[in-house]
Amino acid sequence: MQMREAAAIATEASLLDIRNLQIRLRRTRGAGLSVLDGVSLTVERGETIGIVGESGCGKSVLSLSILGLLPSAMRIGGGEIWYEGRHPLHTMTDRDIRAFRGKEIAMIFQDPMSSLNHGLTIGYQITETLRLHLGYSRKEARERAVWLLRKVGLPRPESLLREYPHQLSGGMRQRVMIAIAVSCNPGLLIADEPTTALDVTIQAQILDLMRQIREEDGTSILLISHDFGIIADMCDRVLVMYAGQIVESGTVDDLFERPLHPYTAGLLRSIPTPAKKNSPLYSIEGHVPALHERGAGCRFASRCAHATERCRTEQPELVAYRGGHAARCFLAEAEGGNRHAAV
Amino acid sequence: MKRMKSYSLVLGASFVSVLFVVMLISLVYTPHPPNEMNIRERLQAPSVRHWLGTDNFGRDILSRVMVGSQTAFEVGAVSVAIGLLGGFLVGTLAGYMGKWVDELLMRATDALLAFPGILLALLLVSISKPSLFQTMLAIGILSIPSFARVIRSGVLQHKEADYVKAARGLGAGHANLIFVQIAPNIASSVVTTAALSFSTAVLIEAALSYLGLGVQPPDPSWGRMLNEAQSYLAKAPWFTLAPGLLITLTVLGFNLLGDGIRDLRDKKS
Repeated sequence: MQMREAAAIATEASLLDIRNLQIRLRRTRGAGLSVLDGVSLTVERGETIGIVGESGCGKSVLSLSILGLLPSAMRIGGGEIWYEGRHPLHTMTDRDIRAFRGKEIAMIFQDPMSSLNHGLTIGYQITETLRLHLGYSRKEARERAVWLLRKVGLPRPESLLREYPHQLSGGMRQRVMIAIAVSCNPGLLIADEPTTALDVTIQAQILDLMRQIREEDGTSILLISHDFGIIADMCDRVLVMYAGQIVESGTVDDLFERPLHPYTAGLLRSIPTPAKKNSPLYSIEGHVPALHERGAGCRFASRCAHATERCRTEQPELVAYRGGHAARCFLAEAEGGNRHAAV
Repeated sequence: MKRMKSYSLVLGASFVSVLFVVMLISLVYTPHPPNEMNIRERLQAPSVRHWLGTDNFGRDILSRVMVGSQTAFEVGAVSVAIGLLGGFLVGTLAGYMGKWVDELLMRATDALLAFPGILLALLLVSISKPSLFQTMLAIGILSIPSFARVIRSGVLQHKEADYVKAARGLGAGHANLIFVQIAPNIASSVVTTAALSFSTAVLIEAALSYLGLGVQPPDPSWGRMLNEAQSYLAKAPWFTLAPGLLITLTVLGFNLLGDGIRDLRDKKS
């Protein structure tokens, strides 16, 4: 960990720097419909960044684009993705970027049931990554695999290596996935809804495990979730995404205490709490606009209670206020970021 | 585990294993030398000395059908291997690459499938001198389309699976994705196709040999024996019966085995 810090000071570059990223659909007339619009974010070493938003906001597309794993229908239409300030991931060929996948940047997927190959042993699936990226011998890889399984809190690692995924429970499988993901000591761990498919007690254990890995290895985490509770629990900074844009970003405290964007406020209000018992659950009316429904104005305007004429015709910019707390909203602009958004 | 009520699997497996054992025995022992002629004992009915009788040259029919099973298994195995190899190449290329590669390869496959199998085999064999190898090659090429289709659909199905995406996310290359991640998962459907192709191969080999274009003398073949026997149908019916029955049993056995394996797989999923 000290080494990573030293390296950070030496290079002064962010671990991951995404600048003005545009993701477009292929084979559409004109410029093509855009899936992501001008997304910028940085991840520093050892930092945990959360991305929240409803389904269809582009959270997963963002995470897939980092490793060049976009579905074939999408392409990067503009912008840059820099790793450690010197590796331009956005221009790399599939062959070049492969060296980063799993080694420098690893992903944990949502569903541990289907993300492990049911035809291969746990041992094989852990060791193949080690042998591929670190050139370990069979024996070295096996020893490291046992160590990794123990590290992620799995019992009897030696015999586990010979077992198949169907012999394990969901929580155990997610632990295996995490063991595989951290096997090469990646600098960045992208976790796309890592606990959504698990039940609540297991969820907490998996989050604890990720926290432990962050502390022990100094790994940065990009955590994608629609669960504000998990984000608040884990992250230093949060990005709120809506319809392919970042609509608000800031520290966890800022965002929770003083949301600037009505969408963030609406998301926060729709979290069920014991205090809200007996009153109907709040939800934001309407739905995320589809790609072709995105108009000229603020993309949230159609669902926003405070939308003005200007909101419907003009696109607000992401403006930064005190303490780096930024929001894409005319209302916040008018208030100078001083008053938090009501719903 | 619950008892599997798969009669076709049990029946098919027993037919095939009995035939296989007979073939193995014939490698080291036959009751009489299969090519030893004995004019005095020609066209004899089954007896203690000759269990299945003798043919028009007085050769022991049991010994000859036993040795003939070697040819059947050899043709089956080699042509299935050729078909599997070709089919794997075509199927994975088409399924994995997609787009125009897929279109091109699958239409070529369709064209091959549209041709009557025996006709194509005849064509391939008659282009050059008929021999055992020619026969196996022709039958192998014929079985490429069925393998290619099964493998292509398997690749298509598994290519988009989460664990393949996860493996890509970990930096796995194309070869790893195809051979390690995808291939084992489609193996079971390929085994079914292999069993069915095996029976087709035995049948086509018999047909070609019957027509005189397959296995050439002195290699014994069930199809050739049928051909030789048909002139003596009235005089020595047992002569046709032995190779005919063996062809039927082999084809039936492998078909049942293939069906049984498919049922087993369907039950599991």
